[in-house]
Amino acid sequence: MSIEVKNLHKQFGSFTALDDISLNFPSGELVALLGPSGCGKTTLLRIIAGLEQADSGSVILDGENASDTHVRERQVGFVFQHYALFKHMTVFDNVAFGLRMKPRKSRPSEKVIAEKVHRLLELVQLDWLADRFPSQLSGGQRQRIALARALAVEPRVLLLDEPFGALDAKVRKELRRWLRKLHDELHITSIFVTHDQEEALEVADRVVLMDHGKVEQVGTPDEVYNHPQTPFVYGFLGSVNLFHGRVDDGHLHVGDDVLHDQGENYGPGSEVYAFARPHELDIVVDTQQVSGLSAKVNRVLSFGLNSRVELDGINSAHGQHFEVELSPQRVHELSLIQGQIVKLVPSKLKLFQRDSVQKDYHA
Amino acid sequence: MNNAAVVNRPLSNFAWVSPTKYERNVATQESKWIKISVISIALTFFALFLVMPLVAVFTEALRKGFEVYWLALSDSDALSAVRLTLLTALIAVPLNLVFGVAAAWAIAKFEFKGKQLLITFIDLPFSVSPVIVGLVYVLVFGVNGWFGEWLVANDIKIIFAVPGIVLATIFVTFPFIARELIPLMQAQGKEEEEAAVVLGASGWKTFWYVTLPNIKWGLLYGVILCNARAMGEFGAVSVVSGHIRGQTNTMPLHVEILYNEYNFAAAFAVASLLALLALVTLVLKTWVEHRAETNASAH
Repeated sequence: MSIEVKNLHKQFGSFTALDDISLNFPSGELVALLGPSGCGKTTLLRIIAGLEQADSGSVILDGENASDTHVRERQVGFVFQHYALFKHMTVFDNVAFGLRMKPRKSRPSEKVIAEKVHRLLELVQLDWLADRFPSQLSGGQRQRIALARALAVEPRVLLLDEPFGALDAKVRKELRRWLRKLHDELHITSIFVTHDQEEALEVADRVVLMDHGKVEQVGTPDEVYNHPQTPFVYGFLGSVNLFHGRVDDGHLHVGDDVLHDQGENYGPGSEVYAFARPHELDIVVDTQQVSGLSAKVNRVLSFGLNSRVELDGINSAHGQHFEVELSPQRVHELSLIQGQIVKLVPSKLKLFQRDSVQKDYHA
Repeated sequence: MNNAAVVNRPLSNFAWVSPTKYERNVATQESKWIKISVISIALTFFALFLVMPLVAVFTEALRKGFEVYWLALSDSDALSAVRLTLLTALIAVPLNLVFGVAAAWAIAKFEFKGKQLLITFIDLPFSVSPVIVGLVYVLVFGVNGWFGEWLVANDIKIIFAVPGIVLATIFVTFPFIARELIPLMQAQGKEEEEAAVVLGASGWKTFWYVTLPNIKWGLLYGVILCNARAMGEFGAVSVVSGHIRGQTNTMPLHVEILYNEYNFAAAFAVASLLALLALVTLVLKTWVEHRAETNASAH
């Protein structure tokens, strides 16, 4: 079932949680709402579920305006960050709850309920835990039971609020992969909220990036990662180096340093933000090199596939930190020492006009 | 699934923080004489102000023998006082159970204007002297009060009658259950209720199947305290009762009357019933606390 929200606005006192949000979630997709805490993603999810009321705007489920439909009748499945399992009920009773709450006319018999519950518990691979209480389960198991409980009422959409937020890193990764697999089997329209970019990019078909109650970008993981449209998206997805500069005669000036042939599309004197990912920068030891940005080597971290060099900004970039990812061979060639002044040369640089960005941006 | 092992392991690391181990650790102990003096002060206080009066009640009650004790209790005025006390508690406790749960549910699970004011009002009976409460009821329902004429005209008696006693008791015992439940329900949050509603449960079913099981021990605790106070209330009831023997005397009032008549054995005999009630309440309260604790640690 498709979900659409139109011009949603939500205010908590003087805090704007959602600022004119319009989005379309096509049928059968798994979409991630991604953003830092306080960006409004959970509020949006709760409004879609009906647990929260928008100040204005509408929620359209399957082409029908559901803004005034009660939560009970929206037929959504909701999974909470802290599981919200019923503590005093067994796993079986938890999963059966939704079916037992149906009005007498449409309520299945206990036998049918039992069959269905066991089928769902098999789906989440926890059939052997049916008689346990939630307190006897691990976090990962609890969240899978919560998911089975949500699926029991055959919801038209599945909404997950930071479903892996309370789990430790290893279980998180495992459940992430499992959720993706489950979605491929069930094809139920799903929205999940997360602040973990890796999680969003890995699991979702599409990612909606939000900040300060506004949608920054919508796209496939590949689109948003490789073609970020705003400085926020660029900075939020993966580590990034930020330079404040000015474009003059087709060259980018950052303090006393110059990067040649950058920012051809910008008028002379435009103030810009320049972004480069750690692997898009190279280090040159020759400080006489004309095109490059000066920086001071702080630490060289050589473990894993790539080595990381941490540098401190000097001159106009004083107080800033940069990060460069290089191959171990390259690091070996450079034989950097702490405190050495070097030049950073970007292989790729993304520029954003500073005036077009409303808020002052800090990476 | 080896999730269980992974998640449970850190918990076992905290096993050493058991209180006994902590107390046995020399590094965290006070010197011997401090321990002895602090403990003896506490024990002396306990003996003087708690144990001695309790023992005195029973020895005084039985001083003239078991026969006199039994006669005092089976006296018709005493029996009527017991009946009235039970009746009052039987009406006041269930009503406050309903009010208390409703108020706590509203305060803990919903946001609305005037919430703080409501909480303050719930606390009012704790901050007002019970005698004042009695007086207010006399002013409102008494013969010369606001509704006095109308009540007389319709032949309804509230003051110096059972309804007045019940009203005063309800007022005085109102906060016990609500106060017990509000912090408990606030701590539990509303996620389970939200989960139930999303799954299609109606408001009533959500309360019955999700909220109530989560608060049952706290609720029982509140009921026990409320009941103890309802049976033991003196001040407010004394003002509105009129002390009519055999009609509007509750047990605490009956004790006072007997005592003022120098009928000490009978006074202490009835008082011993109230003391027994207190002891039963304490045992029940401890049991409920224990159950609630084991329940909480199991979840």
